[in-house]
Amino acid sequence: MIDPKIYNSADENAWCPGCGNFGILTALKETLHELGLHPSEVVIVSGIGQAAKTPHYINCNGFNGLHGRAVPPAAAIKIANKNLKVIIDSGDGDSYGEGGNHLLHNLRRNVDISHFVHDNQIYGLTKGQGSPTTAAGQKTSMQLDGVISEQFNPVAFAVAMHASFVARSFSADKEHLKEMMKAAINHNGYSLLDILQPCVTFNDVNTYKWYKERVYKLDSSYDPYDRVKAFETAQQWGESIPIGVIYKEDKPSFIERLTHLEGKEALVHRKWKPSDAEKFLDELK
Amino acid sequence: MDYNILIGGFAGQGMDTLSKMLELILKRKHYYVFSNKDYMSRVRGGHNFIQVRFSDKPLYSHVEELDIIIALDKNTVDIHKNRLSKKGTILIDKSISDKEIQTPEEYDFMSVISSVEVAKELGNHRVAGTVSLGAILKMLGLEIDEAVLDVLRHTFSDEIYELNEKALRRGFEMYEQKYHLDKGNFEDSIAINGNQAAALGALTGGLTFYSAYPMTPSTSFMTYLSAKMDQTGIVVEQVEDEIAAINMAIGASYAGVRAMTGTSGGGFSLMTEALGLAGITETPLVVLNVQRPGPATGLPTRTEQSDLSFILTASHGEIPRMVIALKNPEHAFYTMARALNIADKYQMLVIILSDQYLSDITTTLPAFDFSKIEINRYIATEQDTDINDYKRYKVTENGVSPRLIPGQFKEALVMADSDEHTEYGHITEAADVRIAQMDKRMRKLDILKEELEEPSYYGSENPENLIIAWGSVEGPLREAVQRMNDKDMKIGALVFSDISPLPVKMLEKYTKEVKNIINVEMNYTGQLAKFIRQETGIVCNKSVLKYDGRQISPSEIVKRVSEVLS
Repeated sequence: MIDPKIYNSADENAWCPGCGNFGILTALKETLHELGLHPSEVVIVSGIGQAAKTPHYINCNGFNGLHGRAVPPAAAIKIANKNLKVIIDSGDGDSYGEGGNHLLHNLRRNVDISHFVHDNQIYGLTKGQGSPTTAAGQKTSMQLDGVISEQFNPVAFAVAMHASFVARSFSADKEHLKEMMKAAINHNGYSLLDILQPCVTFNDVNTYKWYKERVYKLDSSYDPYDRVKAFETAQQWGESIPIGVIYKEDKPSFIERLTHLEGKEALVHRKWKPSDAEKFLDELK
Repeated sequence: MDYNILIGGFAGQGMDTLSKMLELILKRKHYYVFSNKDYMSRVRGGHNFIQVRFSDKPLYSHVEELDIIIALDKNTVDIHKNRLSKKGTILIDKSISDKEIQTPEEYDFMSVISSVEVAKELGNHRVAGTVSLGAILKMLGLEIDEAVLDVLRHTFSDEIYELNEKALRRGFEMYEQKYHLDKGNFEDSIAINGNQAAALGALTGGLTFYSAYPMTPSTSFMTYLSAKMDQTGIVVEQVEDEIAAINMAIGASYAGVRAMTGTSGGGFSLMTEALGLAGITETPLVVLNVQRPGPATGLPTRTEQSDLSFILTASHGEIPRMVIALKNPEHAFYTMARALNIADKYQMLVIILSDQYLSDITTTLPAFDFSKIEINRYIATEQDTDINDYKRYKVTENGVSPRLIPGQFKEALVMADSDEHTEYGHITEAADVRIAQMDKRMRKLDILKEELEEPSYYGSENPENLIIAWGSVEGPLREAVQRMNDKDMKIGALVFSDISPLPVKMLEKYTKEVKNIINVEMNYTGQLAKFIRQETGIVCNKSVLKYDGRQISPSEIVKRVSEVLS
């Protein structure tokens, strides 16, 4: 068994005391440990933001890229080396705002990676502006009279996009969060996990108390393969917020769809020498 | 012997098929062939043309002087007839001349053939092009032999082959021989265009992952690779936008495969932030920019060399980079493989500049020598680095740190960070670490400078006047220099391929004693001249600049250089 301490990083942490990110980080380390994964087999990928500092706070391979651009390198890392477990840890601004287009198209692409969104419904690193998941009308440091645009619903969006796995959890419920992380990592395909996470400094609406009073767990009678039910469940927000695996579709992942790679080693181990291309001269003669 | 044939018409008339067959036949008859395309950004209509030049000597450029015009519409005659040589021929179909040509005097220029009529007789109007091809072969005195029929077989499916052979023979019979060609002598050649050659070079050099968004004129590079996926086991992914394209290529490279992205100017603009990501994370990356005239959408299907100034510093902040311009299809093949090695060796961004002209010119070349290409990955081993205390960004004397890939060793984790980082790759704001890492990254250029490719030189050994150019201007310039020196103009020309870092040895040697230095560039601001002045203080005191989207020709270079020197 791998020593759980192996995941601890020596980096100084820059999150505010009480931040919801701590719960997510702890759950992530324990999940990786309980799944028996060694840090060298895992790559944590992020963009920019407070959540996106996660690769520095966990001792694994890491790729801390550009704002909004966590998903493209993560997908490509997996395509290049399918033996790695690739997990994106980034925030709602990074994943749903700046990176929205990549989310849309990677739900279609269905590369076998996990995308954990630390969704605190606010911008933290830039100090309190509205994010795509901030409720309409909520006052922020930028939207002084309240946010005008409507709130983005990532779960309903993913269901509509035929996501192969979409779940929601809550950063203060470690056991549930670990269960969701494990399900997401073990899922074959792109798994989106939206994690409700209080921001203790800039969001005084969506607090620990606010979430605790509203979240409820989907029970075992809930069938995540029922698309109509899933879409209905995804609409629930406000007085009660469902957490759990909301929608699933079993389908081949991106690499499995590349039939020319079937049965082959990871791309990074591809055997090739220049003379292998010489045959392509024939069609030019 | 040197003939130049123009095939012109509106988009959708099948001139591509006709010109491809003609090129291939000429190649198989052992001529040197050079063809270039001029087309509009539309799928139907407008005016497009292809020029097919052939000779018994090597060709490096298109030329303006025409010997034969194959007009698929009246417009083609009106636009190009002034370029026709005195003994030239215009071949036009009866169906067009009947409809559109009013006065009998206009016929004087033209040979009228009845391809469309014959095609209809044969039961399929779509074989009109093949009928014309038969007439062209007869005109040139080229026999319909096995080589010709093989080209036909290669072009048409079994069901329509026989009909096309019949059409070819009918066309051949209905026309008379007008030209007497010398025999071709170029055996065992290949015919390839700039984008294909670059793509084959990259493939040969071990390219394994290519992500891009389709954009003219870079698209055919991707199409070539995509068609080779099954046979090579590579991955080519058409992505949502150019931002994804470059970020994916960086991710794949971080994970250890040779990766590239490619685009044209507009897409390159979208990629700029990530150029800095490749720079600071020291991830090997080759980016191809097949230039077209900007700004914004510009002239989408035409040619220009106007992205040089932009790409020399594109991305905020400062990173080491190498910039290489492709000069011709042969150079493109070998250079792509070299660029992939350099990117890995220095863990550096290499930007390749091509352009629409080069991407679309097809030339005949000796078969590429695959034994000249090596793949060197420069990935560290246990012997090169302490895997128990692995520092991805270790400060070293030459600036290059040991590169491992994720999962290579259990003990060694690989961290890449867009923030300034420590030797371990973790985020820092410490001033001394910043300076050490910045110096380390930029220091890599010092050793790169030792392996630069000097510009190629053409012309008089003791030139009175020196021309400076880069990239695809090489071909037209090479022929222009020959013509000028035939007139005793004592001209020399330096054509740059490696541009940044700037190789200076030849530049210093040839600029010392010349009267004038003239930069010939396909842009408005003289971008290479500006860069040379910035790097060396050497000033180009005269300029020939062209920015109408059409590649400069040898005769235009001769004319305009003579003008600026007079």
